[in-house]
Amino acid sequence: TSICSRTVEPLEYYRRFLKENCRPDGRELGEFRTTTVNIGKCLCSITTADGSALVKLGNTTVICGVKAELAAPAVDSANKGYIVPNVELPSLCAERFRSGPPGEEAQAASQFIADVIENSQMIVKEDLCIANGKLAWVLYCDIICLDYDGNLLDASVFALLAALKNVQLPLVTINEETGLSEVNLKQKNPLIIRKHPVATSFAIFDDTLLIVDPTAEEEDLATGTVTIVTDEEGRLCSVHKPGGSPLTGAKLQDCITRAITRHKEVKKLIDKVIKSVTPK
Amino acid sequence: GCAGVLERSREQLLRQTCEAVVLGVLHPRTAISLVLQVLSDAGSLLSCCLNAACMALLDAGLPLATLFCGVTCALQPDGTILLDPTARQEQEARAVLTFAIASSERKVLMATTKGSCSVEEMQQCLAAAQRAASTIFQFYRDSVRRRYSKC
Repeated sequence: TSICSRTVEPLEYYRRFLKENCRPDGRELGEFRTTTVNIGKCLCSITTADGSALVKLGNTTVICGVKAELAAPAVDSANKGYIVPNVELPSLCAERFRSGPPGEEAQAASQFIADVIENSQMIVKEDLCIANGKLAWVLYCDIICLDYDGNLLDASVFALLAALKNVQLPLVTINEETGLSEVNLKQKNPLIIRKHPVATSFAIFDDTLLIVDPTAEEEDLATGTVTIVTDEEGRLCSVHKPGGSPLTGAKLQDCITRAITRHKEVKKLIDKVIKSVTPK
Repeated sequence: GCAGVLERSREQLLRQTCEAVVLGVLHPRTAISLVLQVLSDAGSLLSCCLNAACMALLDAGLPLATLFCGVTCALQPDGTILLDPTARQEQEARAVLTFAIASSERKVLMATTKGSCSVEEMQQCLAAAQRAASTIFQFYRDSVRRRYSKC
C-alpha cells in the first residue's frame, strides 16, 4: 500500500477509511461523538442570562444564553410574544471566520434555528403574552459557537433546547390603577416547552455514502449535507438539504429513521441533566 | 427581528443547489453570477426561483450534470396534498415542503420544509413532487425548442 498523506490528499485518505466502514477518528459511519451538556448558572456560568446551556459535541462547543425582556406586542398579533434567535460564529471558533458583520453561514444558521422554533412549536408565542395588546415577553436566544469542529446545527438546536428548559420567568402583573407592569422576582415559573426538537446532521460523501455527525474536516470534503429535525412524536419539524449531491427518497428515509433513533438518546440525556439541576 | 437573514438563507439554498449541478471543473478561474429579481410573489416563490435559475443556466449554455426543477407542496389541514400553492394556500397549510428534483432518476437535490408533518406525509409529498417534475421538465423542453425554432 502506498503512503497517503492527510494534508496532501485528504479525500483519498478519507476514502481508505470509508472503504473499511470507519472514520479516521475511530468512529463508525453511524456513530455520534461524545455529547455533553451543562445547564444553569452553576455549571454553565452565565450569571446574567435567564437560562443558559453549554453543549459539546466532540470538539464542537456551543453556548446558548436566553434573556427575557418585556415589550409591547405587535399590532397585528396582540396576543403573541417574540422569540429572537441569533447564531454567532466569532473569529475565535475557527480560522475561516473573520470578525465583522455575520457571514452567510451564521445568518443561514440563525434562520434555521428560527425555522425550527416556528415549525416545532416548541414555544407557543401565545404563552409569552402577559396582557393582550399591552405586554409580552421577548426571548432573546443567543447561540455562540466557541469551538467549531463541524455539525453546528445539531449542537445549536440542542443548546437552545437545554437553555430554554432552564429559563425561569418571573411573574408579571399589570397594576390596574397606574397601568404599569410589576415584576415579582420572588415568584418564578419555568417556561412552557411544548415540544422537544432534536436535529441530526449527515454529510454526503462521493454522492452515495452518508456519515452522521461530521467533523469540520469531513464537512469540507463532503459533497453535500442533510439535517433532519424531529420531535418526540416522530414528526418531522424540518428536512434541511441545502443543495449538494442528489439523494433518492430511500436514502432520505434512511436519514429520517436514524434521526428518530438519535432523538431518543438526546431526550434521555437532557432529561437526566434537567433532573440533576432541579432542586428537590 | 432578523432582517435579511431569510434572503441569505434562500441564497445559500439556491447557490448550493446550482453548485451541485454546474460542472465547474470545465470553467476554472471563472465566476458564475446568478441574479434573481422577484417581480411579484404570489406563493411558491422558492420553487419559482429554482426553475428560473435552471432555465437561465440552460440559456447561458453552461454544462450541467443534470437539470433540476422546484416543486412546492402544501399539506392542507385536512391532509390533502396541494402542489404549487398560492400565497393564501401556503398560509393556511399545516406544512409547506419545497423540493428541487433532479432530472436524472428524480433524485432530491434540495429540500426545505416549513411547519411539521409526519414521515409518511413527507414521503407522499416527495412522491407527488417527483411525478410533477416530469411536467416541468417537459415545459423546459418545449420552451427551449420554441426558442431555437425561431432562430
